[in-house]
Amino acid sequence: MASALVGLGRKGVNFVVKLGGMAIMFTRFIGSLPKFYQTFGLTVEQIYKLGVQSLPLIVIISIFVGAVSAWQAAYQFKFIGAPLHYLGHAVGKAVVIELAPVLSAIVFAGRVGAGVTAELGTMKVTEQIDALESMGISPIRYLVMPRILACLFMVPFLVIFANFVAIVGGLVVSVIGVDVSAETFLSGFRNSFKMGDLVNGLIKAGVFGFIIGLVGCYEGFNTKGGAQGVGKATTTSVVISSVSILIFNFIFALILFRI
Amino acid sequence: MNSPLIKITDLHKSFENQIVLDGVNLEINKGESITIIGQSGCGKSVLLKHIIRLLEPDSGKVFFDGEDLSELNFNQLISVRQRTGMLFQSAALFDSLTVAENVGLSLKEQRHYSKNEIDKIVAEKIDMVGLSYAADKYPSELSGGMRKRAGLARAIADEPEVLLYDEPTTGLDPITADMIDDLIVDLNRILKVTSVSVTHDMKSAFKIASRIVMLYQGKVQFDGTPDEVRKTDNPIVQQFINGNATGPIQVR
Repeated sequence: MASALVGLGRKGVNFVVKLGGMAIMFTRFIGSLPKFYQTFGLTVEQIYKLGVQSLPLIVIISIFVGAVSAWQAAYQFKFIGAPLHYLGHAVGKAVVIELAPVLSAIVFAGRVGAGVTAELGTMKVTEQIDALESMGISPIRYLVMPRILACLFMVPFLVIFANFVAIVGGLVVSVIGVDVSAETFLSGFRNSFKMGDLVNGLIKAGVFGFIIGLVGCYEGFNTKGGAQGVGKATTTSVVISSVSILIFNFIFALILFRI
Repeated sequence: MNSPLIKITDLHKSFENQIVLDGVNLEINKGESITIIGQSGCGKSVLLKHIIRLLEPDSGKVFFDGEDLSELNFNQLISVRQRTGMLFQSAALFDSLTVAENVGLSLKEQRHYSKNEIDKIVAEKIDMVGLSYAADKYPSELSGGMRKRAGLARAIADEPEVLLYDEPTTGLDPITADMIDDLIVDLNRILKVTSVSVTHDMKSAFKIASRIVMLYQGKVQFDGTPDEVRKTDNPIVQQFINGNATGPIQVR
């Protein structure tokens, strides 16, 4: 019993230490922003590596996200006897507000968050980060800033594609599988579309991207040990990012969509 | 008498209840070539990293050229680090960059040099360590000795006043190790730097040091010239330099 309590206490302390560490990294990131011009080239490189190269994956998952939401919506509509010309409305709202930002962010956390942590974690355990510091180069500016900025900008960018592709996926399934015409689906989508929904979705995506970048860099910089440590840090990074995305998503819903 | 270039006073450092440094006092004068010896895990590398504040002391002070490192702001610390060069144990080359890019990185990031100037300095430093033929290779394509040489070229790229060597010969075959030692002796002479190296390789220590400091149980156990080290009757030092498993040093 006592040891269980001690274990719980230790976990609690570790959690607070992690939050504090991330807050410190956040402030150092903000502090380095005036030197952004020195990091422009590195940021562009990360935008390509982390963002642009994620595009094929995001496109593939978005096709199926749109397709399954159209199919499931149609199934439920039939069940409750709702008219199928609302299909475009339902799919559009679900995709733009929730599915595209959240699922893209979680897939991005799995691909990019893990990659960032593994790369920086390996640099940490092989003393490459110490080497940077010993040369008088700030690792925050050289490594952290380009990655956080790339995540911050690229998740919303990817979500724009995800929205488009998912709607197309839903449209195709509606036309082929549910027997709703393209005109009906699209007019349902158009009538329900609000610019505000899209903007909210993109703002959320930016916050999610920032979380993925910050958590990925923090876990990488705090990797201990060798290969095992890198593996552990990578897992922790994806878990923390994914859980944080879902928690923040709920907070966004409470703030933006008042019932 | 000039004040020491590096002064360490009553330095304490622990990691998770394990005391590593327990009150180290050390003064390093300009132009000296100091070698810190001691068992693996006795805190030699930890001590070295404190000299450029890669680690923060639990208590005690480190002064660099009269300045208390703990009181420096970020930019002042960077200028101290730019006056030093460090060779890491595993060389710590950036694996996404070629040898030449590794060597030129600190110059490029300072933004004071044109690309031509950087190329010229990089070629010169790589030539000094005899690695010109491998300038465009990536670290993963290099042998251990080549990596150390590339790490050395990177450490001297910015014309440092102080060179820190963390186990320069560990993991190398005896011939390559001796070559690295020769290189260090040459560089110290040509560049007129103050050097601090950490090693448990006694052959290397005797070759490169003008003064040898032995760390034992978190404190400075012995401090003297290589000759004094050979002649001392201090049983701890004798056991270490002769490499005996039995003696006052308990192997943990």
